[in-house]
Order: sequence, then C-alpha cells, then structure tokens
Amino acid sequence: MSAMSASATSAPTSVRPTTAPPSHDTSAEVLRPHAENAFAAELSALAAQDDRPRPARWKLSPWAVATYLLGGTLPDGTVITPKYVGPRRIIEVAVTTLATDRALLLLGVPGTAKTWVSEHLAAAVSGDSTLLVQGTAGTPEEAIRYGWNYAQLLAHGPSRDALVPSPVMRAMAEGMTARVEELTRIPADVQDTLITILSEKTLPVPELGQEVQAVRGFNLIATANDRDRGVNDLSSALRRRFNTVVLPLPESADAEVDIVTRRVEQIGRSLDLPAAPDGIEEIRRVVTVFRELRDGITADGRTKVKSPSGTLSTAEAISVVTNGLALSTHFGDGVLRPGDVAAGILGAVVRDPAADKVIWQEYLETVVRERAGWTDFYRACREVSA
Amino acid sequence: MNDTRWPKAHTSGPLLLGVRHHGPGSARAVRTALDAARPTAVLIEGPPEADALIQLAADPDLRPPVALLAHAVDEPGRSAFWPFAEFSPEWVAIRWAVEHDVPAHFIDLPATHTLAWEEKEEPGEEKGEPREENGESQGEDREPRGERREQKRGESEQQRGEGGEKAEAGEGQGSRADDEQVRVDPLAVLAEAAGYDDPERWWEDVVEHRGPGERDPFAPFRALEDAMGALRERYGAGGHSRDLVREAHMRLRLRAARKEFGDGTAVVCGAWHVPALRAKTTVAADRALLKGLPKVKADLTWVPWTHRRLARSSGYGAGIDSPGWYGHLFHAPDRPVERWLTKVARLLREEDRIVSSAHVIEAVRLAETLAALRGRPLPGLTETTDAVRAVMGDGSDVPLALVHDRLVVGDVLGEVPESAPAVPLQRDLARQQRALRLKPEAMERELELDLRGDTDAGRSRLLHRLRLLGVGWGEPARSRGSTGTFRETWRLRWEPELSVRVAEAGGWGTTVLAAAQAKAAADATAARTLADVTALAEQCLLAGLPGALPVVMRVLADRAALDADVGHLAQALPALVRSLRYGDVRGTDTEALAGVAAGLAERIFVGLPPACAALDSDAAEEMRGHVDAVHTAVGLLTETLTGAAAGAGVPTGTDPSGSASSAHGHGPAATGRAVGAAGRGDLRDRWRAVLRTLSTRDSVAGVLRGRAVRLLLDEGELRSEEAARLMGLALSPGTPPADAAAWIEGFVGGGGGLLLVHDERLLGLVDSWLTGVPAEAFTDVLPLLRRTFAAYEPGVRRTLGELVRRGPGDRAAGRAAHGAVTPGFAPEADTARADAVLPVLRLLLGLDDPAECDPPGRDPAECDPPGRDRAECDPARRAPAESDLAQSDPAERDPVRPGSVGCVATRCGTSDDNSLAGVGA
Repeated sequence: MSAMSASATSAPTSVRPTTAPPSHDTSAEVLRPHAENAFAAELSALAAQDDRPRPARWKLSPWAVATYLLGGTLPDGTVITPKYVGPRRIIEVAVTTLATDRALLLLGVPGTAKTWVSEHLAAAVSGDSTLLVQGTAGTPEEAIRYGWNYAQLLAHGPSRDALVPSPVMRAMAEGMTARVEELTRIPADVQDTLITILSEKTLPVPELGQEVQAVRGFNLIATANDRDRGVNDLSSALRRRFNTVVLPLPESADAEVDIVTRRVEQIGRSLDLPAAPDGIEEIRRVVTVFRELRDGITADGRTKVKSPSGTLSTAEAISVVTNGLALSTHFGDGVLRPGDVAAGILGAVVRDPAADKVIWQEYLETVVRERAGWTDFYRACREVSA
Repeated sequence: MNDTRWPKAHTSGPLLLGVRHHGPGSARAVRTALDAARPTAVLIEGPPEADALIQLAADPDLRPPVALLAHAVDEPGRSAFWPFAEFSPEWVAIRWAVEHDVPAHFIDLPATHTLAWEEKEEPGEEKGEPREENGESQGEDREPRGERREQKRGESEQQRGEGGEKAEAGEGQGSRADDEQVRVDPLAVLAEAAGYDDPERWWEDVVEHRGPGERDPFAPFRALEDAMGALRERYGAGGHSRDLVREAHMRLRLRAARKEFGDGTAVVCGAWHVPALRAKTTVAADRALLKGLPKVKADLTWVPWTHRRLARSSGYGAGIDSPGWYGHLFHAPDRPVERWLTKVARLLREEDRIVSSAHVIEAVRLAETLAALRGRPLPGLTETTDAVRAVMGDGSDVPLALVHDRLVVGDVLGEVPESAPAVPLQRDLARQQRALRLKPEAMERELELDLRGDTDAGRSRLLHRLRLLGVGWGEPARSRGSTGTFRETWRLRWEPELSVRVAEAGGWGTTVLAAAQAKAAADATAARTLADVTALAEQCLLAGLPGALPVVMRVLADRAALDADVGHLAQALPALVRSLRYGDVRGTDTEALAGVAAGLAERIFVGLPPACAALDSDAAEEMRGHVDAVHTAVGLLTETLTGAAAGAGVPTGTDPSGSASSAHGHGPAATGRAVGAAGRGDLRDRWRAVLRTLSTRDSVAGVLRGRAVRLLLDEGELRSEEAARLMGLALSPGTPPADAAAWIEGFVGGGGGLLLVHDERLLGLVDSWLTGVPAEAFTDVLPLLRRTFAAYEPGVRRTLGELVRRGPGDRAAGRAAHGAVTPGFAPEADTARADAVLPVLRLLLGLDDPAECDPPGRDPAECDPPGRDRAECDPARRAPAESDLAQSDPAERDPVRPGSVGCVATRCGTSDDNSLAGVGA
C-alpha cells in the first residue's frame, strides 16, 4: 500500500505525460539517475540514426535497442557504451521477446545484472524505466492492478478519478514497458493476477464496470531469482506467459576481472578508498577462486573441485575485494595483499560450516597449494581457516 | 522447362555440381539438378577403389549413415573413412545413379595413394583432423571448408589431454602451425565479404536454406562456382598442396568418363574443386603431377556409421555438429521450423516436461523474429535453439542438452548388409596371432607368460585387450608358485562365437589396439563407480593402452572430485596404486596416474577425519578396512613416487604399443615426475598426521582410534610409551566398556597378537582393563573380545596364555630383564606380593595363626584362583608406579569371576590349546 500511495502522489491521474519524469530531480543531486536520464545522449543519438522499422510505440527499433545494451559505434561516430557484458544472444532474445509482445522473465542468481538489464531495456524501448513494481513477500494485489484514493472514493463514490492505477495499469494504458522486480518473492496468489494481464492484455475494473485494455507497445519485464530461499515458484500457467532468459555469470575470467575492477573502483571512490586499486593480482586471484569453486573445475580445466553452497556471484567477489581494500587501506600498507582478501573469501565460501569447510580445505590442499605463486595466499588462507 | 536451362549448364562441358559435404541444401539441390539434367554418368568425389561397392547402395540393408572404410591390407591400423549421411550430396548422387541405372564412379585420388601418403608424412600429416594415439588417421577429408576448424578442434582436444600427450602434440604440430597461417578457409573469406562472422551461418543462409523450388536448379551451383573461381584465382590452392594432385586425378578420370559417356556426365564434388575441374590443363601435365605417388595395398568396405560420429564432438568427425538437424532439413517437405519445434515439443513431452501447443506457437514466433533481428532469411538452428531455451525450457540449458543429444545430433545408426567385405579388426587379430605365435585353439590350455620377454608381454597385452573388447579368448588364472608381478597365467580357449564377438567389436576400431582404446574410453565414461574406473585404469595399463589412459584419467579425476564418499575414494586408491606399480614393472609411463593417485590420497586425507566421526559399529568396521587399505596404498605410493624420482633421469619406459607416437612424451614427463615426487614426498607424513588426528579425536569410533594408534606404532611414529598412554586413556574407566573393547579390536585385532606377546606393557594394560570391567558389562564386551582374540594364530594365543599365566612380574625384575622401564609380566610369579593377600585369606577361612600357614616359596597359583590372582595382585602391585591408571579396590571384586585375558584366550581356544586350560581352570 505504501508503494501505491507514493506513486499516487506523484501521478494522481491515469493519464500521464509520456515524457521523461519530472525535471526537478537534476542529475547532479540525485544519487543514482534513471537509465534514460543517465544515457539520454546515447539514446537520442541512436534514435536519430535508427532507420529500421520500430514496433508501435517503441522509441527505438529492436536492433537499436540491442545495440544500446551491447554497445557499439554508430555511423556518425557516436560511441555507445556497453551496458551489459555477456553473450549477445541473451540480449537479442530478450529484445526479440519484447518485440513479439511476450512478457520477458529475467532469471539469474543474485548479482548477475538482472535489474540493470531490465531497467535499460525499459529505458531503451519505452524511454521510461520508472513503471516499476517491487516484489516483496508483502506485495498486495493493488500494487499490480489498481488501488483506490479513499478520500475521493468516500466523497464522490467509485469513479475513474478515485482509482489509483498501478504502474502496470499505466503501462497498459499508454503502451509502455512495465517492470516487476523479484517476481518470485510475490505471494503466489498475487503473482497470478498477472495471468489475465499477460494473456488477454486487459485489466478489468469490476467496481466501475470498465476495463483497461493494453494498447500496442505494452509489455512487461520481470526479474526473478531462482536459487534463493523462500521464493514462490511461478505457477505453470503464469510461467507459460513468459519467455525466460537466464543471465549467466561472466563467461571468461578476464571479463569478470574487468567487471570487478570497474565496480570496485566505483565503490572505492564513494568510500574514499584509493582510486586505483593496486592489487590487480589479488583481484584476479579472488575472481579465479570464485570462478573455480563456482564452476567446479579449475581454470586450466584439469582438476574438478566441489562447489560450496554459496552463490559466489560476481557481486560477492566485488564485496570481498572492497573489503580487502578497506582492510589494506586502514590497517595495511595500502596495497591489496593475500592476507587482506583471505578472510573475506573464507566468509564468502564457507556458508555451511560443515560441508563448505571441507570443500574449502580440499580446494586449498589440492589446488591452491600446488599453484605456483600462490604460496602467500595459501598460507594466508591456512591461517584464517585454522 | 528444361530447354531453357539445359544449354546454359552445358555450355562448358560436363555438369559440375559443387557442394558442401553433408549439406542438406546441397543434397536437395543436387537431386533437383540431376533430375533436371538426367546425366548419362555420375562421377563422385571419393576413392575409385570403392566403385565396386557402389552397387551395394541398391541393397535395402545398406542404410546410412554409413562410411566407406579404406585400410591398408598389411596394416589395418592405417585407415581412412568417408562417411555418408542420408543428406550427403554424394549419397544422394549415388542413390540417384543406382535408382536410374546410370553408371556411377568415384574419381578422387585412389585410397592406395592417400593411405600411403599418410605413412610418408607422419607425423606432420597434412590434414587437420585430430590423430589417434596409435597412428590411425582420420578420414581423408573431403571438405575444404571443414579443415581449419577441424584442426582447431584437434588441438584443443589434445590440450585437454594429460602431460605426455600434450608434449607429443606440441612436437607433432609444431611444423604445422606455420602452415596454417598460409592456409585459407575459402568460406570464411566469402562469409567475411558478406558481412558474416561465422562462415557456417553464411553458408546456411546463402545455400542451405534455399528451397529446391527455385526457378533454376543450376543457378546456385553456377554462383558458387563463380565465387570459388574468384577465390582460387586469388589464393591458388590455398595451401592445400595435396588438392592439386587430387584435382589432377579427378580431371583425368573426368576426361576418361567424357570419352566414354560424352558430355552428359555430372560431377558431384566439393565446391572448392569445381574451378580446378573446369580448368584447361593438358593430360601430360596432370599425369606428371600424379607420377611417383607412394602406394600401399588398400582394401575398402562399408561400415555402419552413426550420427554421433558424424558430429564434430566425437572421434571421426565429418565436421558437422548437427546431423539430426540437417537430416530434418533434408526430409522436411515444408515449414522446417514449425516441424522442428513440434518435434522438440514432442520430445520434451515424452520426458514429462509440460510443453503445450501454445509453447510451440510462441517458440516459432520468437525464432522467426530473432531471425529477422539478426537479418537471416530463415530461422536456423541457433534461432530455434534460442527459442526453445526461452519459451519451452524456462531459460535452462538442461532440456536443451536433451534436445541436442536426441534431435540435433540424434541416435541414428547405419546398417551394412552381410555381403559387405570383412571387418579389418579380424584381419588385424589374425595378423597379431601370427606374429605372437598364439594360435586360436578350441581346446582349453594353460599359458604361462613371463612378462620380461617381448613376445610374452605382447601376448599378455593382446589377451588383455581382447578381454576389454569382450572377446573372452583367455581368462587370467592364478599364477602357480610365483607371486611376482612379471608372471601371468592364462587359460586359453577359442570358441566359434568369439569370431562373432570380434565382428561386433569391429565397430570400435580397425585394430585390436585402436578398438580396445576406444572401448576403454567408452567404458570409462559409462562406468558407475569410482572403483570401476580405477579398475579400468589398471586394465588399461595391463593391456598397454596409453592412448585410452588420458580419457580414463580424466574420468577418474572427475569422478574422484565429485565423489563425496571417502569410502569410495579409499576403495579406489589401492587399485590405482597397484596399477602404478605394475605400470612401472611394464615400463609404462604412469606419470599421470601418479598425479591422480596423489590427488586422490590428498582428498582422502582431508575427508577422512570428518568421515570417521559418529559411525555406528558396522560402518566403523567398514571404515577400518578403508583405513588399512589406504595405509598400505600410501606406503606403496610413497615408495613408487620416490623410486620414480630416482629413475627419472633415464627414460626407462619402453613403448608397449610399438607406435612411434608416445615416445615423445618421455622427456618432459620424466622431468615432471621428478618435480612431482619431490612435492609429494611428504605424503606419508601427511597420512601420519591424519592418523594422529584420528587417534586422538573422541568422536571417532573406538575401533578406528585403536587402529590409527596401532598403525602409528607400527610405523615407529608413536613411541610405545605414547601408545600405552593412549591405550590407557581409551581403556580408562570413563570409557564405556563396549567402546574400549572396540578400541582393543582396532588396536590388536586382525592378527595383531604378536604385538601383545612382545610388548608386555600393552598386554598388562589390556589385562588390567579387562579385569576392571564390571560384571554387567563383561558379557557385552565378550563377543567383541572373542572375535579379536579368536583371530590369532594358535601359537600366539598359546604364548599369550602362558604370559598371562605367569602373571605380572616384579618391577625390579622386569627392569633387569629388559634393561629398560618396560613394566609387564615377569618370568616368575611375584610371591612376595602374593603373600600379602594371605592374612586376609586366613581371616576369611578362619585359620588361627598367620605364621603357620605361610610356607615360603609357596606357589600362589595353588591356593588362589588365577583370575583372582591377577585381579587383585596386579593392580595392587602397580599402584605405586602407575597411579594414574585408576583401579578399584581389589577387595570389592568377586573372587571367582572369570575376568582375565587368560580366561578369554582359553575360551576362544581350540583343541590344541589344551595346555592353556590350566591357566583358566
């Protein structure tokens, strides 16, 4: 309900200008600007040069949307930065799904840029990434359908004016892209509200004897986490309405090191840690350890290892490195050393004290111990795990 | 309709149909073109020796996928394959010719030469296919487009192999690396020009996805010919030096055919060759090119093939990764995407996945839109796969793997009629039987082999290999007399049905070696338990299959890594270590094996302590067996590794397979071994550390703790005082008697009685514990003790009984006797201490005068029951020295309770132990 009232104040009527959100939030003051504002220049450059057919109410052609996400250089030399680093196929399937007016479900373990991709897709397709429903265990049906402005309702009786539309309802009416975050956290009965919306593209309002029919251009992007605990699995009826795209963990170690370094740098800046971390060695090592444990096989492909119960996502690698960086800055010599990351790694890997500990030790003894140049790291790990 | 096209196609001589090998689009186009042109003869790229086999194609029993197999008669291992699928243009051409009763001929260079060529250029052989260890070559590649990619695969495959193999691959391919720079992939150039990053997709878009219903059936061939012509103008032979020779031969055959059949001749060959066949050259020039080619006697036959082998990912790849998809494209009359996705849906439904028609509809829509987004005329395999993943598979790759396995590759198995010539495996077997003077006889006979001799070693390997192949000609029998590892005894008996088995095994390869290797690799992948794989590794060594070993090792490493059960690991280790030793005896390179064994040992070390906690008695008993096995194995392993390090400087390994290939591996492997051994030298120390952990951890079952202490004691790692302390700890009254008995079982069980005989201190400890067991608990521990002591040799039991009977000796006497502080049983009973009981006895018996009834030198055994004797005297005597071993008051004991080692020993005794009766009675 709180989500509803918040949106009700910002947009009290169902008809809302389709231009960018209110202009008073200048990007200098906002902690994190929306994708469509942060990358407005790229979007307009793409729109200007995009001569391919656009589906109804799309700001860009599917091809241009894919370019926006994957990066590239336009004929006039404008450089489009890559928003998503990963297989091209994934973005292509995602964009195509939206073009075929099927809903898109982005699945993946935490830290695989699901929300990030969904925001940028919405920004590129509809020019607006704010039609968002955050899924929680307490998300009510009103958050997906509509609520009522009770003052209006009591004063004037049920009318269109008293209706507070949800972001999904607004997207339907205006042919925009709606987003549902953490779909699987929403209780199953509330989830199923989406079935009618997605299959019949209509949202009945029985109180008024009316309905809102989706206009062309409406679509929905949901993100969900399939490996977490306490999720509500989608009913097969609902699942059938989605095309599913699984966002994988970074494919190559280099790509992951790159992502980690970049993010650590950004985070470090806001924490007043040294701008350029001096420990690319350690970052590479953390990424390698995470990857090997996650994939169950060593980087050279010659030894299998067991995987611990934690997810070991890129996001966790970032946090381990950030932690280590803080340690080395405040307690060390400012250079990231094996000892700084060892404890962090242990904490990330050993989630289940019984099983994971054995796995970690086995990994230490069979892989780390033998590896050339990893002696310090091995010792540091032995110390913290002893 | 024909009239307008006919002249065009024939303006310049014969009808040249350039194709992409195994391309369904090409196959369809060839059929349409042949139907339209109705040639008088069909010439096909392939070995001319197989002309006679073409007629077999009319046999309904010859069902593709099949392959033409050419092999050198004297050396069946030298072979080449030409696979044909139903959608291969060549196969279509053959079938067309057979159906229309038109003569068909193969026109490529004869297999006689191609096989000999391989011999000459080994190992830096021209073609890029991965080579098998035994020197068996891949099929002479008919497709120019596949070569570069094939080579890449070959290299990456070898990189995955173990060290020795890798070194060899590096040497073998070193000269080729430069070559590759020069080489061009014609299609990659064309595709790049068309803006495609993947030549495969370009070909599919431009050629394969064109339906046959185009207006002009010859148009695609003409366009392709032009393109190839332009390419060859620019790049010449593109580094395929052999192509020139092959093309010269093709031209000669084409000329001959034109003389015979006129211009109505059609040629089906790889698109790359078309411009060369069109080229005007003189007969003399072509002849000159063909002069002096090496020759071997070659034989050809049809062999059944499978889709899996056509696929890129398996051995004799034809370079197509989706034979099932191609087959579908070839057979689908229309709407290939819709039909394909329906097939996928049916498959998933069969596997109990909910897939409705709505899913299929959405998948088709997604695939088509994706194709549009990617700018392709029709959805290809990539688009349909993406669609299946997103719509039907919930984004998961698991159902996709199933689809790939069952549909994209498919399980199609070809068939070959009975009338096809014999399998070369049989020939190879016969040849080896001759060479080893080992005649197949129906009568059973025994064969003793001395593996130090070359012939006998060869025989042993052959028999082992045949056993691996399921040809049970020889069964290993227990060697008489000698237990040495260089002796083997076999029971031989050749039964007629074994010939059938050989024919069946022919599918695995053309030589016994190759077949056994392929079979071993397949078995390794299919093996159920870790122990099966290690057994297989042992067999591989026995059979001398170094080529299969990397695969087996890989599977072994995988299984070992994934197997969480320490028991399984422990079971697997002994066979592995045994193989290591045998490997050394037979001069096999076992470096990889040593690595895996050491790794396995490490994993056991890490996993053993947690696995030993909280076990019930059965599980603990089982685990004890594992601990023993690992202990032995670790000892052997350390020895083997150290030995290997010592001998590392000399390449001791003689190559058992006799092939030149594996000889390269020794130099680097030996160095690696030395380094590895130095690093693994502490294996034994680590094992001891594990045992130490086991011996002191309370949660570990008693039998295991006892065992660990015993092993450490035997190793000299634990001094006997320390062992005594641990024993005292385990046997102290705080421990439940059952647990303590288990400890004893672990410590001295399984024939460990001699220890008690020789270390009286330990015997004393056991003895004092036993006498201290409360009466209620005694019956509980009795079975366990009985089991422990009953396993001893009669002699040991007897000695023990005597020792116990003699009773605990004087401390001073003991010190004198042993020259050390080793408490235990003195040779004589300690009468002085025994006398101390007498006053009490007297009191009990009501005798008046203490002095009267105290004859000096009286044997205490005569007036005291022995059980009582020790039960009361022993602790009393020891109390001053070892007060930490708390004992209860002797007076509280029931004097007639049978509670001593002697008593137990007696009860367990058999008839020949009668002498002990006196002790207990």
